[in-house]
Amino acid sequence: MRKSKSKRVFTAILLVSLAIIMLLTSCGDAAEKETETTAPVVTGDKIKIGGLAPLTGNVSIYGIAVNNGVKLAIQEVNENGGLLGKQIDYIVYDEKGETVEATNAYNRLVNDDKIVALIGDVTSEPSIAVAQRAARDNMPMITASGTSADITKQGENVFRACFIDEVQGDLMGAFVANNLELEKAAILYNVSDNYSQGLTDAFVARCEAEGIEIVASENYSSGDTDFKTQLTKIKTAGAEVLYVPNYYNDDIMIVRQAKQVGLDIPFLGGDGWDGVLSENVIGTEKNDADGAYFTNHYAPDDPNEQLQSFLTAYREAYGMEAVSFAALGYDAAHMMIQAIEEAGSTDSDAIIAAMKDIEYEGVTGSITFDDNNNPIKTVSIILVKDGEYTLFTKMQSDE
Amino acid sequence: MTYFILQFLNGLQIGAIYALVALGYTMVYGIIKLINFAHGEIMMTAAYFIYFFMTLLDLPYFLAVILAIVFSVVLGVLIERIAYRRLRNASRLSALITAIAVSLFLQTLYAILFTPDPRAFPLTASSFPVLEIGEITLSSWTLITIVVAVIVMILLQLFVTRHKAGKAMLVVSEDLKGAYLMGIKVDRIVSMTFAIGSALAAIAAALYIVSYPQITPYMGALPGIKAFIAAVLGGIGLIPGAMLGGFLLGLVETMTRAYIPSSVAQLSEGIVFVILILVLLLKPAGLLGKSEREKV
Repeated sequence: MRKSKSKRVFTAILLVSLAIIMLLTSCGDAAEKETETTAPVVTGDKIKIGGLAPLTGNVSIYGIAVNNGVKLAIQEVNENGGLLGKQIDYIVYDEKGETVEATNAYNRLVNDDKIVALIGDVTSEPSIAVAQRAARDNMPMITASGTSADITKQGENVFRACFIDEVQGDLMGAFVANNLELEKAAILYNVSDNYSQGLTDAFVARCEAEGIEIVASENYSSGDTDFKTQLTKIKTAGAEVLYVPNYYNDDIMIVRQAKQVGLDIPFLGGDGWDGVLSENVIGTEKNDADGAYFTNHYAPDDPNEQLQSFLTAYREAYGMEAVSFAALGYDAAHMMIQAIEEAGSTDSDAIIAAMKDIEYEGVTGSITFDDNNNPIKTVSIILVKDGEYTLFTKMQSDE
Repeated sequence: MTYFILQFLNGLQIGAIYALVALGYTMVYGIIKLINFAHGEIMMTAAYFIYFFMTLLDLPYFLAVILAIVFSVVLGVLIERIAYRRLRNASRLSALITAIAVSLFLQTLYAILFTPDPRAFPLTASSFPVLEIGEITLSSWTLITIVVAVIVMILLQLFVTRHKAGKAMLVVSEDLKGAYLMGIKVDRIVSMTFAIGSALAAIAAALYIVSYPQITPYMGALPGIKAFIAAVLGGIGLIPGAMLGGFLLGLVETMTRAYIPSSVAQLSEGIVFVILILVLLLKPAGLLGKSEREKV
């Protein structure tokens, strides 16, 4: 009797603890139900450009930044006489980071608002879904920040302003060989994250091509906080440089634990490192990330005049510092506007043809398109020095 | 060999933290047969206490920790008073579900009050000197963590075996009703158990956040679950069992990662559970547990 009771209790405890684990992993996403839409103005002599972005929900930080960048670009053009002699009407819908919402919003933009071109979407999954529709409608479309290679494969009409993930890993491999001239690299990546995995694969491929030996390839899963075991392994393997293609909250933990195990080699990363120097990430030990190199869309200290005036304008308009997503949104909007300008009309085919041959000079570098509608553009290598992001060098994405 | 020693020390460090948290689980379970799932959240709140004492009041780390221990003790005792005491005689499942509720309540409360975004802790282990003993490089913080944890455990062991209140605690864990009949103030002993458990969790938090200097409302969840596993592994309800289980868990985790190739390293979490299942199959009461006979 006693035994069966305690057994039952134990089963219950096990079940409940499983339930807890599941609950705990699903916590933390409080989706705000708010829609921010600009009401379409029905006037004959306006050019209507549609926008899609997650303005609420889990990935809203990205959506808001991109949308801010786009709005800034369109405001500038409207203040300087508009496009083809007309004002631009920018209509943006919040898709909450969801594929279904994005598709519905796209249909609304096309059927009700009669847009001539689309700037969006922001994240990869909804962008792919929207790109499929847009390809059917032959709608000129540019995503500011969707990095998945599949997005532009949907059709000739789909473009992007950012480099794809593979470019970052690939360039870092070249950077190790040509700039750092080191021969033994190690990797510490997040195995449960596509972004981290994508950068890692490209880095490994380039390293092999350049004759760099990967002496340790270590991984972890999202939520891990202890990296000392992996770092000790990497140190023992004799690595000369460590590639850490993860997001900034993990990056800073890894950098700090490396100091604890006495691993003193250069760190490399991707654009996920952007943000590592924020007050609430690095805290008071401002120099802990010093000596790390990472690929990014631009460097804030790049003397490029266009970039500096964008950063100032953004600061004035929104009262905060621009992040890469805002810069990409700004560029995506200007590219679409330039393409319409060069096409001389709002005819879809003309815009797509103009976009295909575009030579654009923007805040994230000069951009032309390759055969897959992926930009060939400058990639900035940032060096963290004295607690600041500094421009180390620039590379071409097809280098 | 150097590599083994280095990884062994890494394992001991994380194991020490698991052990400290596991003690809280095991002591509460020993006394009122409740798995206090909110225990990981005590650790989380302690981390926030230390953080706010250091950043808002500009207190030095050591003082902030002492204050945080006091606040955590109060919180732990309050939780028992408000949430668990009325359920002392209810079914164990009701108490367990209440513990889960308290855990979620604290997480959500902190997420609302302080946002779910991680905050950087102002003191990091990377600013402590790195010791070099021959081939071995070791952060002095790793050493401090292990030493502090061991000292605390020794003090706890002395307390429960030598001190009158400690002995009373052991008696209550043997037989709550019997202790009551013998004139032991059971309520007071239960409060004391929660107080000690919370203090240990606060010490664990203090050691943890310097090594892993990010504070979030969910930071207690994973160490909490791991510590619970450690407590079961060693034999839940037994103080030496929690210590053994904690260190063992830390070492197993580290060693599997250290010696199994990375391509299959995802197994390391799995191996911990395989060991737990094996131990429970062979010794259902845990490594140090004795299968007890039915009390009459």
